[in-house]
Amino acid sequence: MNALAVHNLWTTAAEPLNKIPAPKIEYTQLAPVLIVVGAAVLGILAEAFVPRKGRYLAQVFLSVLALAAAFAAVVGLAAGGYGTTRAGIAAMGAIAVDGPALFLQGTILLASIVAILTFAERRLDPADHGHKVDSFAAEAAAVPGGDHEKAAVKAGFTTTEVFPLALFAIAGMLVFPAANDLLTLFIALEVFSLPLYLLCAVARRKRLMSQEAAVKYFLLGAFSSAFLLFGIALLYGYAGSVSYATIADVVDGAVTSVNPALAGTMGNDVLLLIGFALLLMGLLFKVGAVPFHMWTPDVYQGAPTPVTGFMAAATKVAAFGALLRLLYVVLPGLTWDWRPVMWGVAIVTMLGGAVVAITQTDIKRLLAYSSIAHAGFLLAGVIAATPSGISSVLFYLGAYSFVTIGAFAVVTLVRDAGGEATHLSKWAGLGRRSPLVAAVFAVFLLAFAGIPLTSGFSGKFAVFKAAAEGGAGALVVVGVIASAVAAFFYIRVIVLMFFSEPKADGPTVAVPSALTTVTIAAGVAVTLVLGLAPQYFLDLASQASVFVR
Amino acid sequence: MENLIALLIGAPLLGAAVLLCGGRRLDRAGHWLGTLLAAVSFVIGLALFADMLGKAADDRAMHQHLFSWIPVEGFQADIAFQLDQLSMTFVLLITGVGTLIHVYSIGYMEHDERRRRFFGYLNLFVAAMLLLVLADNYLLLYFGWEGVGLASYLLIGFWQHKPSAATAAKKAFLVNRVGDIGLSIAIMLMFTTFGTFAFGPVLESAGETGEGTLTAIGLMLLLAACGKSAQVPLQSWLGDAMEGPTPVSALIHAATMVTAGVYLIVRSADIFNAAPDAQLVVTIVGAVTLLFGAIVGCAKDDIKKALAGSTMSQIGYMILAAGLGPIGYVFAIMHLVTHGFFKAGLFLGAGSVMHGMNDEVDMRKYGGLRKYMPVTFATFGLGYLAIIGFPGLSGFFSKDKIIEAAFAKGGTEGWILGAVTLLGAAITAYYMTRVMLMTFFGEKRWQPDEHGHEPHPHESPKSMTVPMILLAFGSVFAGGIFGIGDRFVNWLKPVTDYEHGHPPISAMAVTSATVAVMVIGVGLAYLQYGRRPVPVVAPRGSLLTRAARRDLLQDDFNHAVFVTGGTHLTRSLVYVDHSLVDGVVNGTAAGVGGLSGRLRKLQNGHVRSYAVSMFGGTAVLIAATLLMRAV
Repeated sequence: MNALAVHNLWTTAAEPLNKIPAPKIEYTQLAPVLIVVGAAVLGILAEAFVPRKGRYLAQVFLSVLALAAAFAAVVGLAAGGYGTTRAGIAAMGAIAVDGPALFLQGTILLASIVAILTFAERRLDPADHGHKVDSFAAEAAAVPGGDHEKAAVKAGFTTTEVFPLALFAIAGMLVFPAANDLLTLFIALEVFSLPLYLLCAVARRKRLMSQEAAVKYFLLGAFSSAFLLFGIALLYGYAGSVSYATIADVVDGAVTSVNPALAGTMGNDVLLLIGFALLLMGLLFKVGAVPFHMWTPDVYQGAPTPVTGFMAAATKVAAFGALLRLLYVVLPGLTWDWRPVMWGVAIVTMLGGAVVAITQTDIKRLLAYSSIAHAGFLLAGVIAATPSGISSVLFYLGAYSFVTIGAFAVVTLVRDAGGEATHLSKWAGLGRRSPLVAAVFAVFLLAFAGIPLTSGFSGKFAVFKAAAEGGAGALVVVGVIASAVAAFFYIRVIVLMFFSEPKADGPTVAVPSALTTVTIAAGVAVTLVLGLAPQYFLDLASQASVFVR
Repeated sequence: MENLIALLIGAPLLGAAVLLCGGRRLDRAGHWLGTLLAAVSFVIGLALFADMLGKAADDRAMHQHLFSWIPVEGFQADIAFQLDQLSMTFVLLITGVGTLIHVYSIGYMEHDERRRRFFGYLNLFVAAMLLLVLADNYLLLYFGWEGVGLASYLLIGFWQHKPSAATAAKKAFLVNRVGDIGLSIAIMLMFTTFGTFAFGPVLESAGETGEGTLTAIGLMLLLAACGKSAQVPLQSWLGDAMEGPTPVSALIHAATMVTAGVYLIVRSADIFNAAPDAQLVVTIVGAVTLLFGAIVGCAKDDIKKALAGSTMSQIGYMILAAGLGPIGYVFAIMHLVTHGFFKAGLFLGAGSVMHGMNDEVDMRKYGGLRKYMPVTFATFGLGYLAIIGFPGLSGFFSKDKIIEAAFAKGGTEGWILGAVTLLGAAITAYYMTRVMLMTFFGEKRWQPDEHGHEPHPHESPKSMTVPMILLAFGSVFAGGIFGIGDRFVNWLKPVTDYEHGHPPISAMAVTSATVAVMVIGVGLAYLQYGRRPVPVVAPRGSLLTRAARRDLLQDDFNHAVFVTGGTHLTRSLVYVDHSLVDGVVNGTAAGVGGLSGRLRKLQNGHVRSYAVSMFGGTAVLIAATLLMRAV
């Protein structure tokens, strides 16, 4: 039906306009996305009409409410069976509403709620000219260090636009893993990427670094989008359609009718393979896999830390969701082609991330390389090509996002005169001065390292188990070696915090407001619950592991 | 009634917990609490005993299943108890003698500021020892086995400010580890052979298993018994263990813990019955140790070390009897119980003497003490008569039966074992008479110490003499009560199997010979120590005497073979570790670190190089995808 719809659009384009059928939109199934987009639009309006003084409260309230409502909608859909028995395609074939989509949307929304709380934190920096300040620039457009900036700071401006921007990004992320045709995929990618580029640029401190990071991210993101788009074009040339289901049918040889306009290219496997490789590259860029990872450390370091946490968690969830759908729905017939390639990518990603992390001296860059290594572990689960592979990746993503957001939230607390003290040497002896904060960070690090009783262990175990059962035993061996290498630098930070003498001019630990406290507490709670009693969530992930086609 | 079994252990365990965690506020009443809880355990034991006597002989075993400790597929570990006649005997011995020694310690440890802790450890020991004898499976027994080892360690090193005590505790612990490894291997073998380690199934199916396996299990159990019961070759710790307070020596290193090895072998009778080779080794170990300990006992001038040698020797008798099979098990246990009475009494007497002599232990500085300590003299004397086997006293009945059983083993073995046990009896009479004469008879030989304090020997307080008197009753009458009319045999028979042994010469002849060698031993000692004054400085002595003073060179042997050998082995392993293992490990680490440093340089901050990397990556991706299809 879907192929037919697209086909009709093409063949009837020359006929009178009144023959175009009105699109059928399933508002219920799309509710989560619509709520978030609606809130984002409202947020823009608020920027225009709400007085400056009231904007912060209005934006925070609106964002949290919208995300909570969207999450409620996701839960409602899942409870209504849309993840299992009533799973289907919505919006004229553009969006799939099924188990993985709902699970990932729920994960993205929960992670976003706790991330938004760190966006809203205003107690870490001392008040500037009597105005409370957050992590974002007073006026992002002002030249760093210029008079205009000073005036903005003095006036107590804040960039409250970050909230609607984040909401737009979240909306894009919600669509990304649910996209059921290549054009929707691309649009979702851009919808969530563009606001992220902006968000990276608006740090209050070290503004030049922040802007540099944003420009790099933007340039490389545009570069990768171009590859992705070219891949989409090639795949269209191969299948005569951008719909996932149709492409899959063509790959399987189920469709024999040839679009006359594409008679020269349809069914040409070279197009398929090159198109697939380009598409894959676009997604691997987003998940931060080697060798498309080079933006990650620079961007993670330069972006405002709350944005880094949000990006590291939510982008990864969305991108892995899209990758899973692409590999499991569109290209199951190509498994024998993509598996060896992905093997290679997974191995260099795991080892590359873990090895380079060893010599990092900045905590944010360290976490960036750690996220690269984790992308590799996730790829091992993706490669399993089994239902348990899907569910293990879903579980891992949920576990990983909370650890990541929590860890970056802790990073925002450790400060000295220049803002956040991210150089590792400054973290020496933190455990003596602030045992609680150091202990919490140690929990996150142990979870990253995959030590039992933390969610990191449950997730890694599930992923490696799925990979081993899926015939990727060698990959598991590499994964375990990479984990051993990675454990070194995680534990090194713990040793540094607890067993080194504190420095005289060391950083102080800021006392956060309830917002960041909630974020960190949620991170610890999820880490421990998923580590101690993962079974319920593993079951949930495994119920949600069937893609609709 | 069977629900009371856990309480037997629970009472002293509670005492240990309260006393050790309670802190200083219990300092004033702690010893009373500890004693009370040991007594409670004894009363419960008596109640269970009365209940048991009311039942038919074959129906006396009681079981209590407390909970499943590790219930997993194919591996069942239970906290469950079994109280049969054998366990009952031990329960009464442990709690009875234990309570008396608690009472004695109230006086003995009066001036020690850590007395509360001492009673906490004593309670811990009683609880662990009860767990050992009440367990219904080998794993739980192992738990108790380690528990008494811990308590023994803590109590030997109780005066840890003395380096000798700290070293002795460490030595006891280390030597016992060797034996414990034997027990753990035996339990593992049982599990792989029988799929369980509960007494019931293991012992019932022992007969149907290959003899090789059973011999291996038996030898490992024997190794364990050697460690705990100070038998050759793991005997070296017992002499040093006398560094602990004397009540500890009496309770743990004479009456109860050191007999755990005998318990283990008798409990595992079915395994040994089906493994004659292991049994033979058991008798050899027993025979060697009984002579070894006796010879060491002859040469020691330290009263406690002389008694320690004697303990080793007497346990040698028990192990030998246990190795004889069904003709010996009952008598091993019987001697164990009578020995528990008279040896505890002797140690308490020695403690009383030391108490009156400013903690002097050298018998050459005693002499003529009978006038100063009449009660101690009387009770010690009765213990002395009992241990040398004076007709009518406890030791006579139990030891005579073992000698008979040794002859009844039959063949050359029987003759050799019989001769050894008779020789041992003679030496026992000799060294015990020596102790007696040097301590209580002759002229006084004590002198002022370096501070000018002259000891003023005096009788000990009531809290110490009363336990000694009660134990003296046991030393006198226990043997007769057990032996006459085969009461003890009939009591234990349902548990341990019993066959009446028939010595090749008449029982009367054996008894006569026993009495005769005893008289010879006493006579020799009298000639040497009674007729002549005892020199205050020990004479140089013969080669054998000098060797015996050094515990027959046991420590020299251990040092030469194990310490030196072990040091060399360790050194070479350390060398391998440093050069080879560390080389590989550090090399890997350095390699990864170096690689990391190089790869890091790729991240140079220029967008153009990042873009090149992505471009190259994509090219490789496409090439690889196409290649996969081409292949």
